Amino acid sequence: MEKIKKVSRHITQNEPLLFERSRPGAVGYKLPPLDVPAIEPQEVIGSKLLRNDDLEGLPELSEPDVVRHFIRLSTWNYATDLGMFPLGSCTMKYNPKINEWAARLEGFTESHPMAPESAVQGSLEIIYLAQELLKEITGMAAVTVQPAAGAHGEMTGIMMIRAHLEKQGNARKKVLIPDSAHGTNPASAVICGYAVETIPSDKRGLTDLAELEKRMDDTVAGLMLTNPNTLGLFEENIEQICKLVHERGGLVYMDGANMNALCGITRPGDMGVDVLHMNLHKTMSTPHGGGGPGAGPVAVSATLEPYLPVPLVVKQGEQFRFDYDRPDSIGRVKAFYGNFLVLVRAVCYILSLGPDGLKLNTEAAVLNANYLAHHLRNTYEIPYDGKIMHEVVFSDKNQLKYGVRNGDIAKRLIDYGFHPPTMSFPLIVPGALMVEPTESESRQELDLFIDAMKSIAREAEENPDLVKNAPYSTRIGRLDEVSAARNPILRWHPSQE
Amino acid sequence: MRYVPNSAEERAKMLEEIGVTSIEELFSSIPEHLRLKKLLDLPPARSEAELIIFFKEVAAKNANLVSFLGAGVYNHFRPIIIDTIISRSEFYTTYTPYQPEIAQGTLQAIFEYQTMICQLTGMEVANASMYDGSTALAEALLMAVRITKRRKVLLPQALHPDYRQVVETYMKRGGIVYEYVPFSISGITNADAIAADTSTAAVVIQSPNFFGIIEDISAVAEKAHAAGSLLIAVVTEAISLALLKSPGECGADIVVGEGQSFGVPVGFGGPHVGFFASKTKFQRQMPGRLIGQAYDATGKRGFVITLATREQHIRREKASSNICTNQGLCMLMSTVYLATMGRRGLREVALQNVAKATYAARSIAELQGYKLMFDAPFFNEFVVKTPIPADQIVERLASEGILAGVALGRFYGGLENALLVCVTEQNTRQQIDDLIAGLRHFAEEQ
Amino acid sequence: MSYPENLLYTKDHEWIKVDGERGTIGITDFAQSELGDIVYVELPKEGDTFAVHETFGSVESVKTVSEMFMPVSGTILEVNQALTENPELVNTDPYGAGWMIVVKIENPSELDSLMSASEYEDLINEGKER
Repeated sequence: MEKIKKVSRHITQNEPLLFERSRPGAVGYKLPPLDVPAIEPQEVIGSKLLRNDDLEGLPELSEPDVVRHFIRLSTWNYATDLGMFPLGSCTMKYNPKINEWAARLEGFTESHPMAPESAVQGSLEIIYLAQELLKEITGMAAVTVQPAAGAHGEMTGIMMIRAHLEKQGNARKKVLIPDSAHGTNPASAVICGYAVETIPSDKRGLTDLAELEKRMDDTVAGLMLTNPNTLGLFEENIEQICKLVHERGGLVYMDGANMNALCGITRPGDMGVDVLHMNLHKTMSTPHGGGGPGAGPVAVSATLEPYLPVPLVVKQGEQFRFDYDRPDSIGRVKAFYGNFLVLVRAVCYILSLGPDGLKLNTEAAVLNANYLAHHLRNTYEIPYDGKIMHEVVFSDKNQLKYGVRNGDIAKRLIDYGFHPPTMSFPLIVPGALMVEPTESESRQELDLFIDAMKSIAREAEENPDLVKNAPYSTRIGRLDEVSAARNPILRWHPSQE
Repeated sequence: MRYVPNSAEERAKMLEEIGVTSIEELFSSIPEHLRLKKLLDLPPARSEAELIIFFKEVAAKNANLVSFLGAGVYNHFRPIIIDTIISRSEFYTTYTPYQPEIAQGTLQAIFEYQTMICQLTGMEVANASMYDGSTALAEALLMAVRITKRRKVLLPQALHPDYRQVVETYMKRGGIVYEYVPFSISGITNADAIAADTSTAAVVIQSPNFFGIIEDISAVAEKAHAAGSLLIAVVTEAISLALLKSPGECGADIVVGEGQSFGVPVGFGGPHVGFFASKTKFQRQMPGRLIGQAYDATGKRGFVITLATREQHIRREKASSNICTNQGLCMLMSTVYLATMGRRGLREVALQNVAKATYAARSIAELQGYKLMFDAPFFNEFVVKTPIPADQIVERLASEGILAGVALGRFYGGLENALLVCVTEQNTRQQIDDLIAGLRHFAEEQ
Repeated sequence: MSYPENLLYTKDHEWIKVDGERGTIGITDFAQSELGDIVYVELPKEGDTFAVHETFGSVESVKTVSEMFMPVSGTILEVNQALTENPELVNTDPYGAGWMIVVKIENPSELDSLMSASEYEDLINEGKER
């Protein structure tokens, strides 16, 4: 194991479920004494509407019990603050700590969405700033920060396309989506009442213009395009693509999941895109939180501006206020005004970088991806080896002859101290390993990753079983997902004790 | 740039090593004329010291007032350890637990969360959470349409107005018909007016409803089930679950709601956390992520994402929802909150809410010119009939340091003189008495 | 890989056993081995009617879903209830206990376009070479 340079084993504590730890009578809280007359709920509510199970089954724990429980659990996770987390298309960059500090200011955390505008000028200013900053970064006409996540933004964007086409008299039937797209794209289009038609990629991995030409007719509402696409390649023909779609009455949705390759270098608004979402939890460094909360603001061209969800925040003199007077709006997509505390973090990030910092970040991210591709190209196949931007998609083709698949390589990387790349995506690459280092990795960490990947390739050749049975260093081995799916156990039951 | 580890010299060396002469060359696949020739027009980079001053100033522009605002977002006590735990980098700087061997912390916490949501809602299966209560409701309606293959839904007028708007947005684009069920003179949804028929996919009931009133979910469930429709219960004040008969016990098929009350900051409306629970027979139609128990080859227990074939990354356009993430960190806040307050604390918080809201409601009802708008049991919110338009009261008392409640005229025509007041365990008797003193002025001015 | 002689096959990797107007339908050995461990099978109800090539159900492994298409038009006579509890029967006995549905064949001429065992075996072997 001496070839593993980055990590060594250390002790982790075992920890049962909260319910298994629970002991009758233990408490972890204390409320102030009740300073008004106590009430028997039977009297004011009536026993018919009250529960009578005394909340049996919910845990009873002291404060130290709770703290130890969750801190022990935390030590079982890998995280970006521990090391490189090269999940492709997820942009697992460093989450600056000042963002967290800002988002925890009481002025923000305690501001109430139903308070009069005069009492929440600070919160409105943040939303306004977020709208304005993202407008400039994307080069679009207007921005809504209401969508809670990327997929939610996609849905919002397609709804606006639909509203616009409906207003023109024909919503049309379907949306075109390249075969390399993320699964949320087709799922989002369907929620908006559209059928989905897949466009194949050409042999370079880009949208096949001839195919688009053939399919873009008057039943097509628009095209959803990720740019750079999920192969990490910029759609070089983006202007022709937009022109073609527009000429035939459609609109272009850009999935901005990969904006980390573009910020400060080029702007979707200048390419002819009609609408895009950004993932603040990717490009703008807000934490992924183990799967949310994210934020998926949507930026639109002037054509789609009337359809933005209500409300927007506008500035009048020195005052900020909500604008609900938008008759063509698609309505609300979420209660209140979006994931506000995520916006605080994103605004903090953009202000800390400034225009030069944002550009430098993009350059450093693209350089890091190219550095990895350069050093691993001879070891792992790159099926679409074009002008790589912020991420590179390898395949397991060279290792498959030893019976080692991408999943095995991923699990073995864990033993080397890395989080695996995104697996088996995009679907057009069999055995894909999609690597996005982001700008946050130092050359030293990249070199360790390169070493690990090369070492695993050697192991695959010399001792494939070593790779196929990995990981060895984790608390648990590979879990039996088949049994879990055949007989799902989705909650704890008292009888399990 | 303080967030980029590689120095300019190192970056230059890396470029040389990969055989590229300039950084611009890496971007040569972007047509030349699309590449920006100047920097973006953004404010210049700020130091950490400058950022601290800036954000303190902006945050201070929000008024720090005594609050009786609820309406879907509640000011409950948050134990300090919530922020201690969610500030662990291993929780907040990690991703969706796709690699179970190195994500057991997140996975076990979700399994615990799913369990406690089941216990509180009285349901058999809960997912790993949704964006918020409003989108959880929209997703529940889409699920009911999938299950029943019917395309009409019935919504109560007493549903939270933002939830109504969100649901309308989703239903319109999905071509689903929605109709509203009125509330009675007591503020209760009128069960007799529920005209569910064989085209009705689902009947929705919010309890406590937007006016704070506890609905008779069982009666509505009977109406829905008689027509073969599903009953969807919505809970925007999750603390009420600790005291009220669970929606599951009342016959709900799907229970959704907002979990903000369980330890998530008010935060100007987000991020919050939607919960989503249902019955085992419907679990394959559920949206969102599900975590299940599993074992490794040595028999050690662990947890994995399961039943993932419902989800968009596998089923794409045929997925049960387009949702990709859950609301991970807010879900964790709720899990820590529920563990800390526990079986005893949750009930005590709920009882304090009822006692304080009752004290406030009775005192206000005694004021000349005021009375309670509705005569029905409530949890921690109630509607007051005011002597002058309620929005004027709200503005005036805000300038005196009290956010008295939510004026309902914005949401319901004819309720201009109605104020929705919320009282939680965070409001002291002194604050309540100050509110009453403030309200008294307006009656005297009449 | 086995290819029983008494069955007809589709390019979507389904088989049908014809017995008068009754047709028993399942997925092939090749299909089950490609999918891996089957965890769930979704089947129609008795009495449902489907056109040829229409989707009548799906089989799921942990990370994939595969739809099943009607080799012929017909009405569902029987559904293999055992697969609800034991989806692994599709893996262990795809041509026997792992059957999916029995249909009443409406239009026997649709059978003419299906493949024989040897034709299907050739199709699989071609695929492997590619």
